This record gives sequence, structure tokens and C-alpha cells, in this order.
Amino acid sequence: MSDVLKLSVYEMRQEMEQGRLSALEATEAYLAEIRKREPEVGAYLLIEDERAKKQAQSIDARRAKGERLGALAGIPMALKDNLCTKGIRTTCASRMLEHFIPPYDAFAVEKLRDSVLLGKLNMDEFAMGSSTENSYFHPTRNPANPEHVPGGSSGGSAAAVAAGEAAFSLGSDTGGSIRQPAAFCGVVGMKPTYGVVSRYGLIAFASSLDQIGPLTRDVRDSALVLSAIAGHDRRDATSVAREYGDYGAKLGQSIRGMKIAVPEEFFGEGLQGEIRQSILAAAKTMERQGAEIVQVSMPALKNALPSYYVISSAEASSNLARFDGIKYGFRSENFEGIEQLYERSRSEGFGAEVKRRIMLGSFVLSAGYYDAYYKKALEVRTLIKREFERVLEQCDMILAPVAPTTAYRLGEKTGDPLQMYLGDIYTVPVNIAGLPALSLPCGRDAAGLPIGMQLIGRAFGEAELYQAAYAFEQEKGAAR
Amino acid sequence: MKKEFEMVIGVEVHVELKTKSKIFCGCSTAFGAQPNTQCCPVCMGMPGVLPVLNEKVVECAVRAGLATNCEIAEFSKQDRKNYFYPDLPKAYQISQYDLPLCQHGYLDIDCGAPKRIGITRIHIEEDAGKLVHTAGGETLCDYNRCGVPLIEIVSEPDLRSAEEVNAFLRKLRAILIYTGVSDCKMQEGSMRCDVNLSIRKKGEQALGTRTEMKNLNSFQFIAKAIEYEFARQVQAVEAGETLTQETRRFDQSLGKTFSMRSKEDADDYRYFPDPDLVPIVVSRQEVSRIAASIPELPDARKARYIERYQIAPADAEILVSEREVSDYFEQAAEQCAYPKALSALMLGEVFRLLGAETAIPIPPKHLAELAGFVGQEKISAAAAKKAVAALWEKREEPAAYLERMELWQQSDERFLEPIARSAVRQCEKSVADYKRGKKQAIGAIIGKAMAETGGRGNAAILRRLIERILEE
Repeated sequence: MSDVLKLSVYEMRQEMEQGRLSALEATEAYLAEIRKREPEVGAYLLIEDERAKKQAQSIDARRAKGERLGALAGIPMALKDNLCTKGIRTTCASRMLEHFIPPYDAFAVEKLRDSVLLGKLNMDEFAMGSSTENSYFHPTRNPANPEHVPGGSSGGSAAAVAAGEAAFSLGSDTGGSIRQPAAFCGVVGMKPTYGVVSRYGLIAFASSLDQIGPLTRDVRDSALVLSAIAGHDRRDATSVAREYGDYGAKLGQSIRGMKIAVPEEFFGEGLQGEIRQSILAAAKTMERQGAEIVQVSMPALKNALPSYYVISSAEASSNLARFDGIKYGFRSENFEGIEQLYERSRSEGFGAEVKRRIMLGSFVLSAGYYDAYYKKALEVRTLIKREFERVLEQCDMILAPVAPTTAYRLGEKTGDPLQMYLGDIYTVPVNIAGLPALSLPCGRDAAGLPIGMQLIGRAFGEAELYQAAYAFEQEKGAAR
Repeated sequence: MKKEFEMVIGVEVHVELKTKSKIFCGCSTAFGAQPNTQCCPVCMGMPGVLPVLNEKVVECAVRAGLATNCEIAEFSKQDRKNYFYPDLPKAYQISQYDLPLCQHGYLDIDCGAPKRIGITRIHIEEDAGKLVHTAGGETLCDYNRCGVPLIEIVSEPDLRSAEEVNAFLRKLRAILIYTGVSDCKMQEGSMRCDVNLSIRKKGEQALGTRTEMKNLNSFQFIAKAIEYEFARQVQAVEAGETLTQETRRFDQSLGKTFSMRSKEDADDYRYFPDPDLVPIVVSRQEVSRIAASIPELPDARKARYIERYQIAPADAEILVSEREVSDYFEQAAEQCAYPKALSALMLGEVFRLLGAETAIPIPPKHLAELAGFVGQEKISAAAAKKAVAALWEKREEPAAYLERMELWQQSDERFLEPIARSAVRQCEKSVADYKRGKKQAIGAIIGKAMAETGGRGNAAILRRLIERILEE
């Protein structure tokens, strides 16, 4: 049975299609692994074991009857807890939504309706944070070393895959929330082009930056899962209407002649030495495989972090205003009058980091400050987009680190929000520009903690990112 | 003293659009349903759901803009207006801030002299829900109205009297009904008006401090609120007080306005572009297509009535003010050789019976027949009135009714002459007055004769006969 856990999604699908493995067997193997690993890892907020087994049985029965099944049918997986699941509690790891049960599925969840949902995964509250320590319920630990954080905000999603507690998972990435935990935990994380995966049913943090994506053990699985969840959705006005093909179409193709940019701004001060070495070594590997490495400069990136925190907080302050204690969610026990109802429900229902961002966002949108902050940030956003366009006209993709450090210890940065924000420096420019970026393992530091590298592509250039990443992975071997 | 001041008024009018579904979801917009039966996760602002703009809303707003001479923006966007209130489940209203769909329009009004009133902008937005306060002191939320599409029409401060405001709003209402943008039912709240009013000494250019009166929902209250607020501001200024910019509530039963909140307490709405929605792009072809579908507007119709039917301008104005009534008039006029007689019947008995309604229960053909009989002097105006009232209640061929009620006009001189002679004999005093040169005394004699005929006598023939007898 434990062999099941070694299978990739791709292999598991083959085994199931050929009748050598049932969805129920796979599900039970994963549920057993969850029971074993959860006390240490704490990736899950909700484990739906009974429901998962029933779903697996039903899929097996339908497969036996020869019914047409949905994508990745029978594969046991888990979802970040900001993806709405019909009839299943969806909390955003917040006290505010502790008992919230959505009456609808997110688009990405609908797309995976025949995969087996094992449960809902831990995260930083409302996806605000980089360590999953901002969960109202409990922190998650890095499977590579439980003294360390798994990264965040999709920390549960990365840890579950790394610990073998799910064959794959979905996360969301607003400023690095898929890529950074993938790097910290040593798995593959994809943030697709803005508009490729519908945001319908994703509880919004910052609408213009949020994007759903897969966390998997290897590159091929990532392409498989993305192919399953991508697509146009009329319920999301920002969903892009275009042809969505097989993202794995270019796997195995040579990267000879590919131009890969290495921007100096990504390798400056503050980057852990081992990470620099590991990524430059990766560049050498790709060069050996026939790619051309091009040194470039992207000076506009220096303003990415402040503009990200202005834009994302502004949008969050408005997106989270609906959690007011009136219609659903947490309501304070103790209030007199409507003003106090709002004030106390929001003060007690939200954690410190969420409140910090709401205050920051409300401030930058206020009369008299709008032009100096929000408007300025939008101008910077345009400059950053142009800079990426300029570089990606000459080059096929950009190679960069994911985070300045490997996974830090629990509690190490919780007292210093600014230090925490600085950890997002290599990931936020990608969200600001709306581009796709893949995080994949490229080594380990002296302490044995995983190091991740980031490949940033052209808009809708996911297939090329997978092509390059797969070539690299074939040479280095997948992290598992 | 009061004469020295003039009022300066601009209005903001909210109008519910006549779309079948809401602005960002597929829920029905029908009025009067059970509370919370016409809502879904989108209009209730549940976590994770997203708005998708109803294209009909854009079309309606463009239609309103074109009918009020606005420029239509090729590129506009939607913004969030953030504030907390229990009837607003997302805690922001999706509206348009700095790039509205329509701008720089105008409407012409006539209160004795023609005047052009500027329209600053028209933008689209969503309505909020409704709070119901129970006798037990509880507040209940009804979200049916959440997401019902609105346009807000903002005028320039070009209005100078309650009468002008009234004329502007009536014209605006007529145009929006004609173009099918809205049904503008004030009593159902599908047309609501905010009035911004300030005063200044006549001849001054600078604007004074304005107050805003919100959600006035009848023409009558608007006029009363304006008169009251003008007098209040004049009195305050004359007493040496400084006016504050504030929102005031008009109490309909007391006929007074009361301060609700001043500018200092006003919310900072923190407007910013809604990242869930994409910019609205309206192509020139689309604008042309919508422009081509706009029907004849009230002003053009009025001009046509004056020209074609020789109807007095003031009468024509009234006839075109409700599209349904005006359409009825046209149908009847098509089948009638006496449009003036028809217009008189409409403006008299028909309007009296209509009251606030717009649906006329008599087939247009029947009213045309009645007007024809009046025109041909086959029945008297009084008989026609009686017939209208009767046919309003019960459908019947007009000729059959007139026959049954013996209302046909009597024009036979051989029949009328003895009656005329008898009337002259009985009105000695009037005859004497007439002979002394007081010609109008003949009226009483005609009246006497008419009474003898039971109202059926042809008044013109009776007059001629009586004049002849008196000259004998």
C-alpha cells in the first residue's frame, strides 16, 4: 500500500485507468499517511475521511461502469482553505469564518469534482503572511524540519504535498503564496498567468493579484493539474477567453536555443549565499543543456515591494469589508448599536496581520493620501509591467530565486512584520505584472532545507516554463 | 427682503433601469416580491463570488445619455464606494467615480421662457437592499433590491425655482419612460431625487453653501422641500448665521427639513477602481446602433402635434408627458378627422378619470368616434363627456350608447323653433336686457331652450333661431 504514496499524479492516473489501483485504495493510503504525519506537520484544518472514502467508492463504481470521468478522477488531493467547497466548511484560517459553509464550489473545485477531496489545508489568515503562522487555528510545520516554517500563505498546501499527505494540492498566490512555500518545502508550485484560472469561489485577498495554482511533487504533475483547472469562466470578468490546451505539450522537448534572462536585481544584497550558488549552478546546468544565459538589469523592480503592499492592502481593505458581522461569519457577543457591532466583530474576528493590512489599505485609499500612495503604486505597476515586457521580448524566460532565505524557524520573524514582508521581494513583481512563474527545487542548504528557483515566463507562456523546468528536473532528479 | 435672494439648485436623480435581471447577477428585478426571494450569493456579497456586468445595463444607460444629449465615453470604468451599512452586504457599492459612461448633456425646459439645463453626468451603479424596522424594535434586512441596476443623473446647478425643478424632472421622467430606460414609478422608488440647494444675492456669480435633501419621492414634496429650504436659508443668512454644508431630511408630515449630518461627519468613501471588473468599452458602432433605436422623444412629438393637429402648445405638452397616454392619443387621432375635439376630450374627461393612472380602458377607436360626433355637431360636448364616463365603466359601441341614452344632438329647425319661441316668452327680463343692448343676455335664453331639449339641442342653431326671433 505504501507504494501508492510514491506514485506521482501522472503514474497514479495510469494505474487507475488500467485498473491496477482503485481510488479507494489510494484514498485509504493517503488517509493513513495523514493520520501518521498530521500530529507533527499540521497541514490540515479539516480532514474529510468519511466523505473522501465515499467519494472514492463512487468514482470506482462509475469507472467500473465505463462512465466518462472528470479530470484526475480518483486522485486524492486537498485544497487551501480559501477555496470555497459546497457544503464543506471554508474558513480562510480565520475566526471570522470559523463556521462558514459555502453554498457553492469554486470554479477550480468544480473542475476537480472527480478528484478525491481529502480535506482543507492550513494557511495564513486570509492568505496574508509568508509562514502560515498567522492561522487562527494552529501553525503548520515544515516536513523537511518541523522546527521550521513551511512558508506561506499556502503553507498547508506545500507541507501536505511534501509530507505525502496529498498527491497534489491547490493554493493561491497573491505575492508569492504558492511559490515561496513550494520552495521552503521542496515541491513544485505554479502561479499561472492572471486570468488563466477563474477566481470564482476563491475568497479574495487582492483581486487584481490573486491567482490559483497547483502544488505538486514534480513538473509533469504540475502541468497535468494546471491543464485540469485552467479555462474560461463567465462568472469571473477577469477570466481570459482563449484556447486552453495541454500545458504538458512541450515536456521532453529540448531547451536548446532558449534565452534565459538573469536579472542582477534578483541577486543583490540580502540573498542567502547558498541560494545564490544553487541558482547560478542551475543556470549553468541549463546552459549545458543548450540554453543561452543573458545578464539583464531591471531597475524598476526596486519599487515592486512597496507598490505591492499598497495595492494588495488597498484591495484587501475593501474585499474584507464584507466581514462585518451582519449576515454571516463571526459576530461579537457584546455590543450596543450598529457601530459597536461592526467594530467589535471585526476587532475580535480578525487577527493582527489582517487588521494591519486593512488599516494600511484604508489609509492609502483615504482622501488626501490616494494620489501619493495608491495612484503612485498603480504608476509603478505600469513601469514594472513594461520592464518585464522589455526583458521578455528578448528572452524566453527569467531565472530568479524564490525567496532570499530558506525556511526560517517558527517564531523567528513573527515579531517583525517588515522582515516578513521583505521575504516577498522576488515573488511580488510577478503578480504585479500578472505573469506566470514556476517555483521548483534546485538544491538544499547546509541544514538540509530545500532551496527553490523561480522561472518567470511570458503571459500565457506556462507550457514553455514547464518545458524548461522539466528539462532541468530530468537532469537533477525530482526532489521526492 | 426675500426678493433679493435667488435659489441655485442642482439635482441628482436615481432611476432604476427596466432590465429583467440585476446588474451583476441573474436575479430578477421585479418589484414587490417576498423579502429575500430574489437574491443569490453574488448580490448578497458572499465570500469568493464575483460580479459580472449585465450588458443591458450599459445599453440602457447609453440610451438615457443619448436621449439627454450626452457624450458617451468610449472607455469608462467601475469603482468601489466603500462604506458600512447593513443594507450593503459587500460594504461597498459598485458605482462609477471619475470616468462615468455619459457626460456633458442637457435638457430644454419651458417655464414661460425656454431654458437649457445642463446635465453633468450619468453613471451606472447598483442599488442597496432595504431595511425594515419592526414594531418590536428589530431591524430586518431585505436584499431583494441589492444589485438592482440604477443610473444616477446629475444636473448642473442651473435651476432657479421649484417650478423649474419640476419642469426638469417631468421632462427627464417623460424621456426615460419614452426610451424604455425606466418606468420611473416614484411611489415604488424607481425614481428618487436628491436636491442640492444654495442661495445667493441676485446678480452674484459665486455659489453659496449648499445643503442636500435626499430621497424625495414625489413632485409635490420636492416643491415643498425647496420652498421650505429656501426660506430657511434666507432667514438664516438674514439673521447673520453661517450656513453649513450638510445633508437634510425632509419630513413630509411637518413640511420641514432637518439636519441629518454635516460635511465633517461625511464618510470618506475611499473610491478606487473595482479590480473584479474590466473597463467598459462602448464602440462608436454600438452607440450608433443604440441611437438608431431611440424612439421619437416628447419634444419632437409635441412639435408634431402642434403642426399636424393644430393643438395649442400647452395642451400638446400635457398630451405628450406620459408616453402611454400619448400613444393612445395618436392611435385615436389616426382614426379621427377632428383631432382638436379629440384633444379636448382627452384633456377634460379622460384625464379627470385617469387620475394618476396611464391606462385608458376605452378603445382608441371609440374615443375617436365620439370626438368625430362632436366635430360633426351630432352630439354636444356635454353628451360626449357623459358618454366617456359611461364607456369607461362598460364597453359599448358609442353610437349604440348615444342611441340608447337619446343623446344625439337635435339640429332640426322645425323641432327647435317652437322651443326657442317658448324660451323667449319665458325670459322676459333677459329679452329686455338684450334689447337694451346687453347682448350677452342671450346666453340665459339659449340655456333655457337647451334645458327644454334635455341638453340635446344644437346650441349653434338654437342661438341663430333665438337671435332671429329677437330681431322680429
